[in-house]
Amino acid sequence: MSDFSSEGYLNMELLRFTTAGSVDDGKSTLIGRLLFDSKQIFEDQLEAITRTSTQKGYEHVDLSLLVDGLKAEREQGITIDVAYRYFATPKRKFIIADTPGHIQYTRNMVTGASTANVALILVDARKGVLEQTIRHSFIASLLQIPHLIICINKMDLVDYDETVYNKVVEEFRHLSSKLDIKDIHFVPISALKGDNVVDKSKNMSWYQGATLMYLLENIHISSDENHIDCRFPVQYVIRPQQTEYHDFRGYAGQISSGIFKPGDKVKILPSGISAEIKTIQLSDEMIEEAYAPMSVTMTLDRDVDISRGDMIVRENNIPNMSQEFDVMICWMNTEKLHAGGKYGLRHTVKDARCVIKEIRYKVDINTLHRNEIDKEIGMNDIARISIKTTVPIYFDSYRKNRHTGSIILIDEATNETVAAGMIV
Amino acid sequence: MILYHLNHLRELEAEAIYVIREAASQFERPAMLFSGGKDSIVMTHLARKAFFPAKIPFPLLHIDTGHNFPETITFRDEMVERIGAQLIVRYVQDSIDKGRAKEEKGPNASRNMLQTITLLDALEELKVDAAMGGARRDEEKARAKERFFSHRDEFGQWDPKNQRPELWMLLNGRKNSGEHFRVFPLSNWTEMDVWMYITLENIPIPNIYFSHQREIIERDGMLLAKSNHIIIRENEVIVERTVRFRTIGDMTCTGAVNSPASSLEEIIDEIAASRVTERGTRSDDKRSDTAMEDRKKAGYF
Repeated sequence: MSDFSSEGYLNMELLRFTTAGSVDDGKSTLIGRLLFDSKQIFEDQLEAITRTSTQKGYEHVDLSLLVDGLKAEREQGITIDVAYRYFATPKRKFIIADTPGHIQYTRNMVTGASTANVALILVDARKGVLEQTIRHSFIASLLQIPHLIICINKMDLVDYDETVYNKVVEEFRHLSSKLDIKDIHFVPISALKGDNVVDKSKNMSWYQGATLMYLLENIHISSDENHIDCRFPVQYVIRPQQTEYHDFRGYAGQISSGIFKPGDKVKILPSGISAEIKTIQLSDEMIEEAYAPMSVTMTLDRDVDISRGDMIVRENNIPNMSQEFDVMICWMNTEKLHAGGKYGLRHTVKDARCVIKEIRYKVDINTLHRNEIDKEIGMNDIARISIKTTVPIYFDSYRKNRHTGSIILIDEATNETVAAGMIV
Repeated sequence: MILYHLNHLRELEAEAIYVIREAASQFERPAMLFSGGKDSIVMTHLARKAFFPAKIPFPLLHIDTGHNFPETITFRDEMVERIGAQLIVRYVQDSIDKGRAKEEKGPNASRNMLQTITLLDALEELKVDAAMGGARRDEEKARAKERFFSHRDEFGQWDPKNQRPELWMLLNGRKNSGEHFRVFPLSNWTEMDVWMYITLENIPIPNIYFSHQREIIERDGMLLAKSNHIIIRENEVIVERTVRFRTIGDMTCTGAVNSPASSLEEIIDEIAASRVTERGTRSDDKRSDTAMEDRKKAGYF
């Protein structure tokens, strides 16, 4: 870790990735291996897991213990929720959304996938592409994760055989032709032994590609954000009650997409009023160009009535404005979806209510078939629905814009988040 | 396109500011928990940036155990004065005097657990419905599962199995009366990120983070500062050492590290080369393997 210099550290990029694999695919071992081989394990942590491994009578130090979380989980030997892990190399800082592979936990993978640049999908080399692999890949494509890395794990158990690897790659290519995935990579690894995770394997000279760590450090993520369609949801209106700033009206928020500059002609939604950006700043620092995901404060050249939930956009590039649209949802609650029911809805920083007009179909995520007969939507189900909102929503399709194309549904009685939605 | 890409510190900054602005918008009476440690100092700095040129639109709340380092309190008061923030202090001693909390006994006695009582009482008294804290997910395994918006029931408890899923950055702060939220803007920061950001933004911090001479008692592998709050056991000796603090909590449970690091750059080099986690200097976590998980369920920070 001493490779860090102050200057180098300031130029690091942030990469968020999520992991998916079936039970026993070795996901925790892989994450443990990434942390261990990139020297992110501290002495006190290593001592603790060495002690536990010895107590359990293991021959080797069980790296998966590094990512074991809560007491409840250790008792049951499973991961019950999304856990976030952090590590860094001199090039990038990584945030891992570690999600469990259990069949009932689609909702956790959706949660982890929603903010990820990269999805790591584990496949057991001995088993090949399974139902779970289809499910995980489908979720990655549904959530529009820009990059996918398929780790064909446990190569040590198939004698590092190239033909086994090629067969899995072929199976996966066949599957992915049905999915909307932009960028796929394959790596043969052994998380347990460390082959091709951080260090290049000596056992697979036939593999000429990059190690997993090399891919994580070098995958091109700077164009993952949408820099074309200018969208700025107003999160908070700043009006200082101080004489010095008596006339100051600042519109604070995080830029969803596009590039904003002082002097730009903008339109405010829903009023449709036009204005010009006077300044963009954060604290007392003036900003020449603001782009996603910067949090900034804008001032305009004229007094306009703007409140939280309004959106500032470029005059010649307006999002859809509608009260009726279709959404792909992942249901996340034990209480089933009520057709015709009313729910709270949240889109960017805007709150609204909606009614479920129609359930169009449910997706069988193991076969990818559309089921238009069974329309009962329960925990972990994926479905396409039509909704009508109480107020107009300014949105882009999720494929075009992950920030202005996503919603959540909220149960109005319990206040729980019951669904993740991707606007079609 | 590299021109339009934020480095990781600026991305974390933007995310934290977004979370702080959401807390200020979604709740009626938010407050920011301030401990005098580097994380809460960074969080306060971000809150200033979020609302500039207006003042921070919510109070800072300090739960004072009475066992703080005097340097922490001096720093706190100067900072509040400098930025014009509103500070509310509630004292663990008051909870003890009222019979709400009972002091631990023995040489390892700490008021760490008692803080939870004072904190929950203060949140109720002040009707705080969102308490922002500087906790980070990298600190401890129970914290790795926290949300930005963490729902607490009417008893202030955290149920790790029953958390709301957090999708994208769509934060759901809806609640029933009597319930409240803990909000963690620095969730995705690591110890290194915090130090680098302090350097980048030139943020003032208490001087005990830097190397100094101090009278120390060595106990169970920890270097505790000599103070009136620590009962010295037989065969324990007081020695003078060159130390600094890597975290700042109560004097009774915060260990110093031997260190000559007297500048931010030296601290960063030291952390980069460090082979022990930050919480390794905290005896409050060493009480048991699940000490943090158990305290969090009860309503700890």
